[in-house]
Amino acid sequence: MTGLLETTGLTRRYGSLVALDGVSLSVAAGARHAVIGPNGAGKSTLFALVTGGLRPTAGRVVFDGQDVTRRPDHARARAGMGKTFQHSSLFTSLPVLDNVALATQLAAGRGMAMLRPARRQVAVQEQAMRQLEQVGLAGRAATPAAALSHGERRQLEVALALAGSPKLLLLDEPTAGMSAADSSRFAELVESLGAAVTVLIIEHDLDVVFRLATRVTVLHLGRVLADGAPDEIRADETVQRAYLGDAALDDLFFEAAP
Amino acid sequence: MRRVAAGAALGLLAVVPLLVSSNVADMLSRVLAFALLALGLDLLAGIGGLPSLGQAAPFGVGAYTAALLAKHATTVAPLQLLAATAAGAALSAAVGWLLVRSRGTYFLMLTLAVGEIVHELADRWEGVTGGTNGLAGIPAITLVPGGAPVRLAGVRYWYVLAAVLVCGAALVTVSRSAFGRTLRGVRDNEERMRSLGYRTFLPKYAVFCIAGAAAGAGGALWVARARFVSPADLGFEVSAMALLAVVIGGRGSLWGAALGAAVVVLVREELSPQLGGRGPLVLGLVFVAAVYLLPRGFAGTRLRWPSSPGDHPGGPPDPAGRRGTAAT
Repeated sequence: MTGLLETTGLTRRYGSLVALDGVSLSVAAGARHAVIGPNGAGKSTLFALVTGGLRPTAGRVVFDGQDVTRRPDHARARAGMGKTFQHSSLFTSLPVLDNVALATQLAAGRGMAMLRPARRQVAVQEQAMRQLEQVGLAGRAATPAAALSHGERRQLEVALALAGSPKLLLLDEPTAGMSAADSSRFAELVESLGAAVTVLIIEHDLDVVFRLATRVTVLHLGRVLADGAPDEIRADETVQRAYLGDAALDDLFFEAAP
Repeated sequence: MRRVAAGAALGLLAVVPLLVSSNVADMLSRVLAFALLALGLDLLAGIGGLPSLGQAAPFGVGAYTAALLAKHATTVAPLQLLAATAAGAALSAAVGWLLVRSRGTYFLMLTLAVGEIVHELADRWEGVTGGTNGLAGIPAITLVPGGAPVRLAGVRYWYVLAAVLVCGAALVTVSRSAFGRTLRGVRDNEERMRSLGYRTFLPKYAVFCIAGAAAGAGGALWVARARFVSPADLGFEVSAMALLAVVIGGRGSLWGAALGAAVVVLVREELSPQLGGRGPLVLGLVFVAAVYLLPRGFAGTRLRWPSSPGDHPGGPPDPAGRRGTAAT
């Protein structure tokens, strides 16, 4: 069985620097798939190659049975990829509700509708409001997005990504800079999503990863170091060495024995 | 409250010819024609985030279209208006296909280049445009086929006012629609719009054509009053003044742009002769004052939202942005 998202030999070079080196990844439908790895492992490059922000030097991206390697980002979004940005990327001059309505009006095919006032597109407005309720921002609907707190911005990010009813939700370090309480609330939000949404999450916070993930891929220096169930990853010695920390002083000066 | 104010303003505009001299009515006709150009530019620059320095091009093309029609085909003003609107939109559709793919300063420079090319064309293509001398002796408009030529400044003013109200209402409708929200989204964060699934070229191209149509209509109304058109009507100065009107009016607010247009035209055409041609100097001072004293223009003097730490341009510092370089 093939996954909802399949990458094959995905490679990206910047001149002589190889940021990502032949990464093959399979994200099963309904999975909570986490990608972890130390700084410089290639996580964000992988994310950009999957969502369409970058073109690969080599390799393929297959989403939902279609080769999307050469498709632009907006086409991938329409095919069912919803993503959040590492740094909140919102429409800061617009009210919170309008932020989400931008996503729901597109889903309703009203993105270019010029005649009726936007506020009278009742179905679009109501769908946006439901999305805000789901992430717990309903009380802030009329607030300009610029006035939200950091945690609220992350919630709005998720609402925006979910509003287009994606098949795959891609989260790029969603809890970065969040307080522990906010992180926990965020994890609850992801847990509350139905099985219809597959989640690919790139994350630094291992507590969040091991709480949510049904499968974990570890990247190291642009390659897949390990791939398996969370318990296997936790027990894996090479992962311990590369990422989770190895106190042995020797490792700082000598290459680890194979 | 807003409706009362708008109603009062409209009522005042409607009775103007009964209260003032024909010179003043003529001057207000100019203000209205120019305001339509500014309204279209505000939709493009203030709401769509695409500041153009070349809106004089569709304005001029509309003006010449109306003038040529009047001289050779028909004096019926609504027909001239329709043709000029179509001509302005057509020019924008032709050049916009490439232009709206650029951004920021590049877009500004490319629109400036197109404006200069069209200006040069008007200057050189003597057989059609009359070259530097322009087209004079344009017959007075008629309101209906076979109707009497309109020679009274007041009636002409009413025609211009009605046309500007119709076109302005269309622009306001567009601005409030779902498409208007799409434009604001593109202005705020185009990358995010793409990741939501918007092919952002389409709304940008559409608003560029709409602004061109509004400019073309403004050009026709300009000629309806002046009964003369020359390359000076589509020079860089016209483009710059339209952008100035948008800036001092408050970008993104259509009524602000109309007010800005009034200030610009009044200073340039009424005040300037009294100051020995130093109107542009006054306009420069108005511009500097507007930028410093009213950063959001006339329309922004009353803040729409309660002020908060995040309610300034650029947004508050993002803690996530302070984490140094992120993982690859």
